[in-house]
Amino acid sequence: MTVSDVRTDLGAEEVVERTPWPAAILGLIARYPLGAAGALVVVAMIFAAVFADVIAPYDPEANAYEYMFTAPGGQYWLGADDFGRDIFSRIIYGARTALFVGFVAAFVGATGGLVLGVASAYFGGWFDLIIQRVMDVIMAFPLIILALAVISVLGPGIDKVIIAITIPFIPQCARVVRSSALAIREIPYIDAARACGFSHARIILRHMVPNVMAPFLIMITAFVGQAILLEATLSYLGLGVQEPVPAWGLMLKSGAEEYAESAPWIPIFPGIAISLAVFGFNLFGDALRDALDPKLRAQ
Amino acid sequence: MAAILEIENLQTQFFTSAGTVRAVDGITYSVNHGETVAIVGESGCGKSVSALSILRLIPDPPGRVVGGHIRFMGLDILALSDAEIRKVRGRRIAMVFQEPMTSLNPVLTIGRQLTETLEHHLGMGREASNARAVELLGMVGISDPQRRLAQYPHHLSGGMRQRVMIAMALSCEPELIIADEPTTALDVTIQAQILELMRDLSKRLGVALIIITHNLGVVARYADRVNVMYAGKIIEQGSALQIYHQPSHPYTLGLLNSVPRLDRPRQAKLDPIEGQPPDLTRLGAGCAFQPRCRFAVTRCAQEIPPLETVSEGHVSACWRRDDLGEKMRDAS
Repeated sequence: MTVSDVRTDLGAEEVVERTPWPAAILGLIARYPLGAAGALVVVAMIFAAVFADVIAPYDPEANAYEYMFTAPGGQYWLGADDFGRDIFSRIIYGARTALFVGFVAAFVGATGGLVLGVASAYFGGWFDLIIQRVMDVIMAFPLIILALAVISVLGPGIDKVIIAITIPFIPQCARVVRSSALAIREIPYIDAARACGFSHARIILRHMVPNVMAPFLIMITAFVGQAILLEATLSYLGLGVQEPVPAWGLMLKSGAEEYAESAPWIPIFPGIAISLAVFGFNLFGDALRDALDPKLRAQ
Repeated sequence: MAAILEIENLQTQFFTSAGTVRAVDGITYSVNHGETVAIVGESGCGKSVSALSILRLIPDPPGRVVGGHIRFMGLDILALSDAEIRKVRGRRIAMVFQEPMTSLNPVLTIGRQLTETLEHHLGMGREASNARAVELLGMVGISDPQRRLAQYPHHLSGGMRQRVMIAMALSCEPELIIADEPTTALDVTIQAQILELMRDLSKRLGVALIIITHNLGVVARYADRVNVMYAGKIIEQGSALQIYHQPSHPYTLGLLNSVPRLDRPRQAKLDPIEGQPPDLTRLGAGCAFQPRCRFAVTRCAQEIPPLETVSEGHVSACWRRDDLGEKMRDAS
């Protein structure tokens, strides 16, 4: 964009109209307290993932057999698991895995859906028909079944997990984006862009895509939560991330099967982490939807 | 003067579930270098469709140009490939749309929308296109153009936006600008400004203009030549003077009588044309205007009148053109 190099001489009146950053953030917190709570969880999680090496007191993959099944306490805050690994450190590192899978799957899936959805609305006709029917076929499968099918073809592993989670996201996003884009397609500025001689790709990417950013961003935040849950599910089923990589679903699996009664801290804490993360992203996504919807904002 | 655009027997049809709509049904006209041609008619008479056909912007499906020729500066428009027509659009034939409020993209800055065309068609760099954008905004009378570049369409009023649209149309120095009801959505005071601006720029830069309008006042003041359209056909064609002083089709006369005029007595009532335009899916055998025409005779319902010469450069499609000429003017 050319904004940066021509913005230098903005008139004084624009500057006055802008609310300063801290005040704007406080205003948002007051208006969307639940969303702020969600955002807090999201930020905490990102912080944990980024600074995992600094925060985690132990190596998440190092076995210490003399400390197996240590109960939560001073030495191991959240206890140690069946290999004597620190559960707190594994949860911190697990945030890394969860966020990596969540963000990559959500971003790739939503972007794929964005382009397909806008192109589908823009071209219309048989192109739209074919794309939408393919999307219908993919959407006919429940999320987890489709992911399982993909994993069973590709095999387990973190990269395959991402692919398996991405594929079901594409039609979900394409569907929502297409409906927004259909309305935009009818607004004269798209005809005006065609009358300027721009190519289809340019009109789709430069003129239509920026106008459907609101539903796209909402879909992304919703997808991150879903992707974290799906990754945990796949790992729990033994089809996702493999030991010894710290992942919440994997920790839940090994704990829930054998030690739910004898050492409940092994399954409980990863379970809480999963719930909290998904809850946080969903609250954040809902608040974002409300904030970006002018009809709700007016109330 | 040489014709830069020649349209010959153009036919554009829409294939809908209700039947085939003959939106443009065999129109022929030409536009000379630097000339302003008006296309006048009621809503739905095919004037916008005829203009969109020139740039091949008819949505297909359901619409299609089914016949005729469009020649522009030696190019056979209807035979161009998609890539070739894109080089004509915006570069050599530009378009100004009716709705300035919705013809600019709300998420792109004014500057970006102006420079995009320049970069795309002329391969200008960022600095050159920015400088040119400032120059263009100044040319269309926008104050403080440098600052406007960073603004978004919602910062501007309707009249300002239409000026931006005109600046965009002018940006690549096209030979022809098609303005589809450029002033319909604007306040009356702004309408005159915009039209003056367009006329002034077209004369100064030698750009030909096609103005599509339903406003005969616009025609009288700004057009060199006029095409009056009804039900997809041109029913009268001539210079603005000829159309005004010697209307030779009952429909043209009706249009003139339905506009308030200062050179008539105040108490004279406006005389609108009764009835509605015909359904373009099922036109009868005769003149399309016949059901609404107060001069109609039996023949009018049976045969379509051809365009015939009234005087030098003035043609009209009416069976009673000659014997009704005087009566029509008396009636007015």
